[in-house]
Amino acid sequence: MTLNEIVESCQVLYDDLSFSRVSEWKARGIGRKAIGHMPVYVPRELIHAAGMLPVGILGGGDQLDVIHGDAYYQSYICRIPRSTIELAVTGRLDALDGMLFPSTCDVIRNLSGMWQLKFPGKLVRYFDVPQNFDLDIGGAFYIRELQVLRDQLAELGGREITDADLHASILLYNENRGAIRELYAYRSAQPWQVPTPEVYLLMRAGMVLPVDEHTQLIHDYIAAVKTVERPARDNCRVVVNGLFCEQPPLGLLKSIEMAGCYIVDDDFMLVARWLLDDVPAEGDPIRNLSEAFITYSVETSCKYVPVREDKGKFLVNSVRSNQAEGVIFAAPSFCDPALLDRPMLQKALAAQGIPYTAFKFAENSGQLQPIREQAGTFADSIKLWSAA
Amino acid sequence: MNIAANQKPEVHKEESMLMQKEMISANFDALATAHEEGKKISSTFVPGNLNELLMCFDLVRNLPEINALQSAMRKKSGGYIMEAERSGHSEDVCTYVKSDLGMMAKGQIGPTGKPLPTPDVLLLSYTGCFTFMKWFELVRDQYDCETAMLHVPYQADGEITDNMRDFVVMQLKEQIIPTLERVSGIKFDIDRLREYLRQSAQAEEDLVWVLESAKNRPSPIDAYFGGVYYCGPIFSAFRGSQEATAYYAALRKEVADRVEMGLGPITPEGVMQEERIRLVVEGPPNWTHFRDFWKMFYDEGVVVVASSYTKVGGVYDFGFRHDPDNPIESLADYCLGCYTNHSLPSRVNMLCSYMDEYEADGFLVNSIKSCNSFSAGQLLMLREIEERSGKPAGFIETDLVDPRYFSSANVKNRLESYFQMIEQKKARGDAKTAT
Repeated sequence: MTLNEIVESCQVLYDDLSFSRVSEWKARGIGRKAIGHMPVYVPRELIHAAGMLPVGILGGGDQLDVIHGDAYYQSYICRIPRSTIELAVTGRLDALDGMLFPSTCDVIRNLSGMWQLKFPGKLVRYFDVPQNFDLDIGGAFYIRELQVLRDQLAELGGREITDADLHASILLYNENRGAIRELYAYRSAQPWQVPTPEVYLLMRAGMVLPVDEHTQLIHDYIAAVKTVERPARDNCRVVVNGLFCEQPPLGLLKSIEMAGCYIVDDDFMLVARWLLDDVPAEGDPIRNLSEAFITYSVETSCKYVPVREDKGKFLVNSVRSNQAEGVIFAAPSFCDPALLDRPMLQKALAAQGIPYTAFKFAENSGQLQPIREQAGTFADSIKLWSAA
Repeated sequence: MNIAANQKPEVHKEESMLMQKEMISANFDALATAHEEGKKISSTFVPGNLNELLMCFDLVRNLPEINALQSAMRKKSGGYIMEAERSGHSEDVCTYVKSDLGMMAKGQIGPTGKPLPTPDVLLLSYTGCFTFMKWFELVRDQYDCETAMLHVPYQADGEITDNMRDFVVMQLKEQIIPTLERVSGIKFDIDRLREYLRQSAQAEEDLVWVLESAKNRPSPIDAYFGGVYYCGPIFSAFRGSQEATAYYAALRKEVADRVEMGLGPITPEGVMQEERIRLVVEGPPNWTHFRDFWKMFYDEGVVVVASSYTKVGGVYDFGFRHDPDNPIESLADYCLGCYTNHSLPSRVNMLCSYMDEYEADGFLVNSIKSCNSFSAGQLLMLREIEERSGKPAGFIETDLVDPRYFSSANVKNRLESYFQMIEQKKARGDAKTAT
């Protein structure tokens, strides 16, 4: 496929709010099942090992007309749960045989209960992860939680999930993580070659495609993009933060880059980047997944940081390792994790002399001009007044 | 108006009210002078608070939510919130947090006007509210002191599993208790804990009796506006103390006397005379206009017979009691069982049982802007409960401690319409019964 064809195919998947690709995948085999999950993190290896398709459900974006969903939520609650409910009550998620709700915030947690009430026949699980990062305590708890999920998926699928199944799935997801690391490294090195809206679409494709297809797609993209030469602009390099749950409209990412900022790191689709290294594909797979979570997973606003001095270090390190010149905090309106965390992260950046700017958005934000102006002003301020 | 006299009578303070006032005041005094007296201070949240455990280490207990709501009742929280917003905290997030941070920024003077010294240990019981975790990080950022974090898993499937209990117990044994020993310099004594838990169980028994007295007609208590006072000691710095046990014994006796005399609840304007409507209420109250808010109910002869908010610091009316024979496990079960740690279906079931057992005429949600733990999903809960109970449901929106989000006329208007609807429905029901 050419570069344009790859990007267009991802755009088609992104635009398809009926998840027809999931239905097609299910139709290709008898008894195939698909399990939806909300953003941030679930161990997709378990779903895959059960022979099922993990499907990232990331809200309705800016193309979905939310009619029913607003009736479920007060005005002061973020947009993603209402568009997700809209997708469900309008039958767009009928292909899903179950739904996982990661430990993200109170809104997503309570959405799991709403799902239990609204869709009693489906597998619904609030997937609690430890906020205690001692292997013998939080790790032990997490091992048993993983085992419960393994058993539930096995029951739904009608077959045991063996260690061998899990090892095979872990290997495939390791390859996927590796491909994504390569993609992100390439973007960081040459952001003019790899525009973030394209990275975003590629990452979104991974929310509906089988993992091996997605890995191949990333390899194809990297190969294709290396055959074209795109002009490098005198943009500043920024990290965007706060996009881990409710998703930005694609136009928002385009606006940031058009305003003179190359995005060199981000926190969207964390599920695919949560584990910072490969998971061992031998030995006890559940223990391996648990240890990976406890010892080498990302820092995000949904997690507790046990040591005061470590707060914000992950973000500062991202800025340093990607040679970014500033951070754009883009938090969804009414997002408790992102907005409560922001002052602490800003303080950590300020201590290091790293400039930042902040704004809020919703997945259906249509007026992007103010964001473009703010990002443009931020870029100008970095270019004109930074010490470099 | 259904108050005994149309003119504002002098509020008769019962013994329990005076006792509680003294207890709260004494605790703020103890906090103010703790360091001078060589005592250490802990800061911890209401849901999942481990008061008995903290008492084992002679720690003076500070509860930020209590400070925030006390500040709101004294009209101080609005300024604190704006102070926090000026320093970069979003207008979208919890106002308890901002009131607390604003108070710290303005010199850390507590609601009674006495200083609130820097705590020596922060004990975060992350129970039923995600914001707690971030609040704790924000407070930790301000104070350079020891921290202990207890992750309490969510009861997503309506039950406490062995894994959940084991996880909490292990954290208590391996991390929380050793930290408290280190900070306080006092060795943990499990028998001391057992004795406190024995006191707790007695107080819990009396509290449940008081809350369940609302099954009487007329109800001798208001289980929401009055209920928050009744829960005060057991939800905060006193559970496990002899003072709390004595308070609940006194309260029980007073309520028993009211039942015997057929009296309604005591309101700020005296005893409510005629009980016209019985409600179950979901969600926390508004604190900035607490009395005005309450008046909107008692002026119309509306009494709240059961509420979810009075379960936020512990659910005791479904059988749980702190257990001196299984002290650590019992602390774990207490934390796991707090109201907002229950799944939405469990909360619906609980509220439906209240509708039935307390013979309520309606179900009202006071939806709080600040509190997604309570609020997210309440509109679905409302529909479920209305459908299952067959009783009309109402919905209002206010906030905890941000005075900008209490629109008095709006709330009153909605409530009056709702109460009229209930009366009409009751009248139709009565007419049907008569024919």
